[in-house]
Amino acid sequence: MGVSLTQPAARHIASQLASRGKGIGIRLGVTTSGCSGMAYVLEFVDELQPEDQVFEDHGVKVIIDPKSMLYLDGTELDFVREGLNEGLQFRNPNVSAECGCGESFTV
Amino acid sequence: MALLQIAEPGQSPLPHQVKRAVGIDLGTTNSLVAAMRGGRATVLPDESGAVMLPSVVNYSADRPPLVGMGAVELGVHRPADTLMSIKRFMGRGSEDALADAQRSRYRLAEGQGLVRFVTSGGEVSPVEVSADILRVLRRRAVDTLGGDIDGAVITVPAYFDEAQRQATKDAAKLAGLRVLRLLNEPTAAAVAYGLDSAEEGVIAVYDLGGGTFDISILRLQKGVFEVLATGGDTALGGDDLDAALADWVLEESGSPTLTAGQFRQLQAASRAAKERLTDQQEVDIDLQGVLPAGGTLRITRDTFEGLILPLVKRTLRACRKCLRDAELEAAVDNIVMVGGSTRVPLVREAVGEFFKRSPLIDIDPDQVVAIGAAIQADILAGNRPEGDLLLLDVIPLSLGIETMGGLVEKIVPRNTTIPVSRAQEFTTFKDGQTALAVHILQGEREMVSDCRSLAHFELRGIPPMVAGAARIQVTFQVDADGLLNVSAREAITGAEASITVKPSFGLSDEEITGMLQASFSHAAEDKEARKLAEERLAAWQLLEGLKSALKADGEALLSAEERAAIAGQMTDLQALVEGQDAQAIHTQTEQLGRLSEAFAARRMDKSIRQALAGVSLDSLDDEVTP
Repeated sequence: MGVSLTQPAARHIASQLASRGKGIGIRLGVTTSGCSGMAYVLEFVDELQPEDQVFEDHGVKVIIDPKSMLYLDGTELDFVREGLNEGLQFRNPNVSAECGCGESFTV
Repeated sequence: MALLQIAEPGQSPLPHQVKRAVGIDLGTTNSLVAAMRGGRATVLPDESGAVMLPSVVNYSADRPPLVGMGAVELGVHRPADTLMSIKRFMGRGSEDALADAQRSRYRLAEGQGLVRFVTSGGEVSPVEVSADILRVLRRRAVDTLGGDIDGAVITVPAYFDEAQRQATKDAAKLAGLRVLRLLNEPTAAAVAYGLDSAEEGVIAVYDLGGGTFDISILRLQKGVFEVLATGGDTALGGDDLDAALADWVLEESGSPTLTAGQFRQLQAASRAAKERLTDQQEVDIDLQGVLPAGGTLRITRDTFEGLILPLVKRTLRACRKCLRDAELEAAVDNIVMVGGSTRVPLVREAVGEFFKRSPLIDIDPDQVVAIGAAIQADILAGNRPEGDLLLLDVIPLSLGIETMGGLVEKIVPRNTTIPVSRAQEFTTFKDGQTALAVHILQGEREMVSDCRSLAHFELRGIPPMVAGAARIQVTFQVDADGLLNVSAREAITGAEASITVKPSFGLSDEEITGMLQASFSHAAEDKEARKLAEERLAAWQLLEGLKSALKADGEALLSAEERAAIAGQMTDLQALVEGQDAQAIHTQTEQLGRLSEAFAARRMDKSIRQALAGVSLDSLDDEVTP
């Protein structure tokens, strides 16, 4: 399965990478902290780690470590605008509960 | 559901830990707000995509204040209710501001003190007008960043004095913004270009705004920016370039008489032509509806440059003076361009030629100050990893308080970076002392008389105790703007007193240097003075202690001879304390100490007996057995 990007998400990431001027792609991951168990990681990638898995969707490279993959398999990353605010949103089928604000979750 | 931003590698924030911090350029003509998004500082647009908010507010009796473009449009018909360029009035008294107010056709409220404008919506102060502008920017930031703002860095001109800075802070507070710090505009521009990452250097910031021109020379040393000199012209800006072009158009068209509306149209057309001449060698100015005759007029860049050359030369004269004031030994390392008018090619060329270096122009000159402020805000809010902290200011001279014997106890040493907070515990010197005088001093010398007195205050309400038993915490706090707050708090009753001072106020660089040099040249002398003061202090302490002990137990525990011996030695010590011989005081203090040892031991026994008296053996057992 892996993970996928929506067209707007890919466009947003590509433009962010372009304006940053460097970077291979974007890292999705999870870390164990937050108010409801897990939190998402969303970072630029300058260097690949040996264990990293690399996906490509709409021309953008998505990098995930195998441990995070367990929690993210099937996730779709979307780019969302809410009024003046805009940003990326994880659509993760593995999530069973998330905290009110959606910054952390449990599987 | 939270919308996430992409972070730099290894810097993903923990949930709920991202602090939303913004940088605000509260400008004379336009204001902007910027924040870090996706790892970069960007200015935040409003719903229509505009990033610049005209610093114009219109007041009316029947609706809330209107800020920005809408107010600009109303300004045509209601000039007295539409306040613009209000930054010029911040922190100024009415008399001082009268001439400016008349020029801008505002009605000032009667009375002394701070300026207030009379509008249809009631009287407003410059602080309130600024707060109305800040409120709009805050709302924009809240909507864009998806939550309340934790703090803001607001920029002010480098030449703003304490009253003007305080007025800016008050405006922010009114608008519900927590000010992380005020940042000098030229420093913000330098930060936007990352010039703060260099070890050291000299930076010129050339800021040609809508209505003002500022030139600042900064020196960067060990990550600290110091403003070496500022200069400029408060009545010269991009508007004057437009006006020069408008005058030319009028002249070319045979100087027709214009209505106020047509004149404004002409100004707008001139501005548009100026902007297009940045990329084009010649443009046509459409005068349909602008001049009675209509038609178009062609202008080449060469002609335009001829028109504005005198104005550009005026800015360079200010630059030359500022450079002289800065007393630089070497050339300027970088020139940062700020303000929309620095897009004009002639301005860039002239500035580059003058400083013999190409100016930095990569960042939008309208946005560069707000961007620098946003970077600084992000760091101050704590969103960057340790070690990335930008040092911007240090205190020039040590700060401390007077202790017994006329000595200065330094609490914050010089060169400490601010903001800083340091606390130290002090105690009472006399039995039953209920008040403590706190004398705040600045300087490097050991004795109070050689340092600069900043302020006095008194802590009252200390419960009567034996000398040395009270615990009084004295806290020095210097905020990011150099304001010093000193508070003293007694631990048992919680009695508290405090005072706020501005330590660097009124001290020139030469005075600071002079005070520093004095501390070196008088080092030996100071050491002696400190030794004498300390010996005197020890002697006083012993004398005070003995006096109260003799009063309490002298009759009961000492024979007449013993009392006489101690009293005699005390008189000797008393006499020595008045003199200058530290060694003699030391010897005599020790001697008296030895002589009174037996007395002290007997007092100790007595108090133990008293403590045990009336306590039965049974109850003692109770206390001993678990």
